[in-house]
Amino acid sequence: MLLAPIVWILTVVICYFFVAKTWWFPPPINAHGVAYDAQFMRTLVVVGIIFFLAQFALGYVIVRFRNDGGRASHSHGNNRLETLWTSATAILFLGLVLMGTKIWAAVHFDEAPPDAIPIEVMAKQFAFNFRYPGADGKFGHTELRLINDANGDPFGMDPKDPAGKDDIISASLKIPVGKSIKLILHSRDVIHNFFVPELRMKQDIVPGMEIPLHFQADKIGVYEVPCSELCGLGHFQMHTTMQVMSAADFEQWKATQLATR
Amino acid sequence: MAMASSLTHDIIHGPPPPIDPGWGGGGDDSEGRGADRRATFTGLFVGLAACVMVFAALTSAFVVRRGLTDMNEWVSIRKPSILFWNTGILLLSSILLDLSRRALKAGQRSRFNLWWSAATALGVLFLAGQAYAWYQMRQTGLFISTTPAASFFYVFTAAHAAHVLGGVAALIYVDIQALRLRLGPAKRTWIDVTAVFWHFLDGLWLYLMVLFYVWG
Amino acid sequence: MASPSTHTAHHAPEGFIRKWVFSLDHKVIGIQYYFLGLFSVFLGMSLSLLMRFHMVNPNAVVKWFAVLWPAAAAGGIMTPELYLSLMTMHGTIMVFFVLTTVPQSGFGNYFLPIQIGAEDMAFPVLNMMSFWTTFLALVVMVAAFFVEGGAPLAGWTAYPPLSGAGPLTGPGEGMGQNLWLLSIAIFCGASLMGAINFIATTVDLRCKGMTLMRMPLTCWTWLVTAILGLLGFAVLLAAGVLLLLDRTVGTSFFLPTGLYINDHIIANHKGGSPLLWQHLFWFFGHPEVYIAILPGMGVTSQLLSTFSRKPVFGYKAMVYAILSIGFLGFLVWGHHMFMSGMNPYSAMAFSVLTMCIGVPSAIKTFNWIGTLWGGKIHFDTAMLFALGFVSLFVTGGVSGIFLGQPALDLYFHDTYFVVGHFHMIMGVAAIFGMFAGTFYWFPKMFGKMLNETMGKIHFYCTFVGVYCIFTPMHYVGLVGNPRRYSDFSNVTYLKPVMPLHEFMTYAAFFTATVQLIFLINLFWSMWKGPKAPANPWNSTTLEWTIPSPPPFDNFAGVHPVVYHGAYEYSVPGASADFIMQTDPPNVPASGH
Repeated sequence: MLLAPIVWILTVVICYFFVAKTWWFPPPINAHGVAYDAQFMRTLVVVGIIFFLAQFALGYVIVRFRNDGGRASHSHGNNRLETLWTSATAILFLGLVLMGTKIWAAVHFDEAPPDAIPIEVMAKQFAFNFRYPGADGKFGHTELRLINDANGDPFGMDPKDPAGKDDIISASLKIPVGKSIKLILHSRDVIHNFFVPELRMKQDIVPGMEIPLHFQADKIGVYEVPCSELCGLGHFQMHTTMQVMSAADFEQWKATQLATR
Repeated sequence: MAMASSLTHDIIHGPPPPIDPGWGGGGDDSEGRGADRRATFTGLFVGLAACVMVFAALTSAFVVRRGLTDMNEWVSIRKPSILFWNTGILLLSSILLDLSRRALKAGQRSRFNLWWSAATALGVLFLAGQAYAWYQMRQTGLFISTTPAASFFYVFTAAHAAHVLGGVAALIYVDIQALRLRLGPAKRTWIDVTAVFWHFLDGLWLYLMVLFYVWG
Repeated sequence: MASPSTHTAHHAPEGFIRKWVFSLDHKVIGIQYYFLGLFSVFLGMSLSLLMRFHMVNPNAVVKWFAVLWPAAAAGGIMTPELYLSLMTMHGTIMVFFVLTTVPQSGFGNYFLPIQIGAEDMAFPVLNMMSFWTTFLALVVMVAAFFVEGGAPLAGWTAYPPLSGAGPLTGPGEGMGQNLWLLSIAIFCGASLMGAINFIATTVDLRCKGMTLMRMPLTCWTWLVTAILGLLGFAVLLAAGVLLLLDRTVGTSFFLPTGLYINDHIIANHKGGSPLLWQHLFWFFGHPEVYIAILPGMGVTSQLLSTFSRKPVFGYKAMVYAILSIGFLGFLVWGHHMFMSGMNPYSAMAFSVLTMCIGVPSAIKTFNWIGTLWGGKIHFDTAMLFALGFVSLFVTGGVSGIFLGQPALDLYFHDTYFVVGHFHMIMGVAAIFGMFAGTFYWFPKMFGKMLNETMGKIHFYCTFVGVYCIFTPMHYVGLVGNPRRYSDFSNVTYLKPVMPLHEFMTYAAFFTATVQLIFLINLFWSMWKGPKAPANPWNSTTLEWTIPSPPPFDNFAGVHPVVYHGAYEYSVPGASADFIMQTDPPNVPASGH
């Protein structure tokens, strides 16, 4: 019997923290993030109602139908009720997933826009590195045997390839605001994951695969990128930042990087 | 085919109940009749389902791996020539096994013993042949890690051979019981179950041969 | 060979070894599995306490860490690799040696034959072998702690290349990972043996009158769970062998070209696919989670009905729900892989199927409430745990609605939101199912009653405790807290949620301590508890028609005949508020 108020109190407390957004997503910084949050809210409302009603109903039956010495009603069920709540559940759940399709499609079915800035990502135990193709738009050739982490070259750039002369390597991601970015994700050892909470996006980085991820960031700032797939003992330390800057600042940064190569 | 229908009828419905239930040494929990016979067959088919899943998993791994490689880059292995002989031996052993079961049904105990032992011997010969196939592979420089096709060949044949080893153990057990004249109706179920398992391994081997020659 | 009579089920075995060690009696084997699970859950729980402690005190110096792990906790400070190996073993031990054994092989072994009116399982020798094989698997698993490099650190999911490229990827990835894989392979064998037994027993050994639709729902869940295990563990076995080969003989099933690990070019592996492992693993892994929860659902249905004196609401719908959960369970594995790099179109397909599987789960929840509605509820401890199961299943289940959408998984994958979700369902609801089963069946198994006062205190403290441990995980997940981190101090945006982590750690220690009440209750009552009658709960199913504890061959040579469904409570016109399944076909006037 005591169980009923406990269930109700727990339910209210749990719902409260969702409604009050006490611990919540960081604000989104792109249109995708806004769409994401909308889909999340839709789901939260549906789930919240189901959660609240189900726990409330559980508490209610505990109180209302506790033993008072009489006979229970002998019912084997109610087919109409079954059909009703089965269909309602199916429609709700499937509806939610179909509503979210556009968001998924925009990230993964659609190709990156043709003017997206390509940036190569190299994930390794335990750091991210980024490579920019430079003015020629081409990434220089790389080889494993040329990797030199100590000298700041985790990619293994081939000095003989002219296309690589203007490539920039950076330990953190710098991008211009409001422009399409296409990350080309590589790993050279185990599976890692690139995640930016404010972008509402993450993607596993799998060795042996070249995985594209395109997005756009519309707010200037510095955002954390914690590795999000268990990659070994340094997983908790594998971390970089994504700095979104004005177009001018971005060009300035690239120029400085090239100059100090 | 008349052979097929009698095969299934005998398997599922079993031989007619014996007059004297206890002779020939029981000691098993399965009595060879009624619920226990049915349960043993259910157990067998369920076990075969698991077996199918193991090979289905390996097949899907094979298909995926094959799919990751371009058509012209996949290096097929030269299959050891003895594989065809091994296939023949296994098929022959299945035929002999069935002949022996018919002999038992007709009450011809010594013929049953003969064919069953022959089938068992062929089973052992198959395993020896597989070992030789592996030897032939090694002679041509194909080890388990040499190429993906070789890896899958070794894995599939090893998995199959492991099951055949279990089958041979069961065949030998029946053989020994038969030679000691301890093969009463109580053991009928075990004989039939072993035979079905053996035929399954046959079918599985044929499937693997197709896989190797068409895809490998 | 000895004469037939010694080995038939009609004669009890003599001698300690045959009676209690290598017993062929499904009841003894069920108890053996139960205690194996009990040991494992306390081991797994201890590991989780160490983890939670470290998460909020990463630099703490604890002298006895250095005693237990001289290399991995030198100076008394837990290294990240030690944390990860504890985490790996926590998950592995809990999923395999607790959630897969106790509900199915523990309670199922004990009660399936009795509930269907059989003398024993179809294959008692196989049954005995399956227990000892499981035991061997546990020994091998625990041995991983003691080898050089220690236990593996790749998580219970063991994704290659982290798990496939050997000690270069991290400590514990040498012999530790090999032993882990060996243990899992052995466990697969044990599970397959068990599955064969369960299915054959249910299909062929039901007594007269026990049609499928008269079976208790527990039997349905044990049957479907066995089928899931049969097909799932077979695939895991294949996958595990392939990974072991990659690690030991140089094959490249899962290891791609171009690996450069820890300053080494890995030249001897090429062309494999890390995603292939994930597909194979999760093809097993998803049915596995249904293996973990279905028996608990069966027990809950049974208890809700018994203790509210009402038939199960919609028995047929419940059966179809169990069957659909089982069937659909094989089609949704990709929802663990939305972010893996797999084909995004198949992600959508998996998502739709995942939403579909939410429907039968919802049906079951509605029907549980429907069972309670109009009932006369008795709040024995067993019932409290069943009610708690419903609440926890709802909480854990609804977070799945977020995770089943790839669009939302773009944020939530590999965050604590996922950790909260699966712990609520597996780490709590399933455990409550086991507690419920314990309090319900203990009288039958041991012939004594458990103490209700201790039971209730244990229940309330645990119920509140687990909500306190696992609900905050959803909140920190919303903030973007990644999982499998030994230490959060490197991520600035996690600073505000550290108090929540501390709260969870306190809750975990509190809840763990409370489990001592259960242990005391269990062992004390086994020894000194009040004697239990044959049917303390006035329950209808076959186990309650026989003495507590049952005789060696369950029904003392009598073959039961069943005339009624499993949940005939409060039948109008009957003198008692329950009709046992074996009661004569006309509504009985007396006898209860």
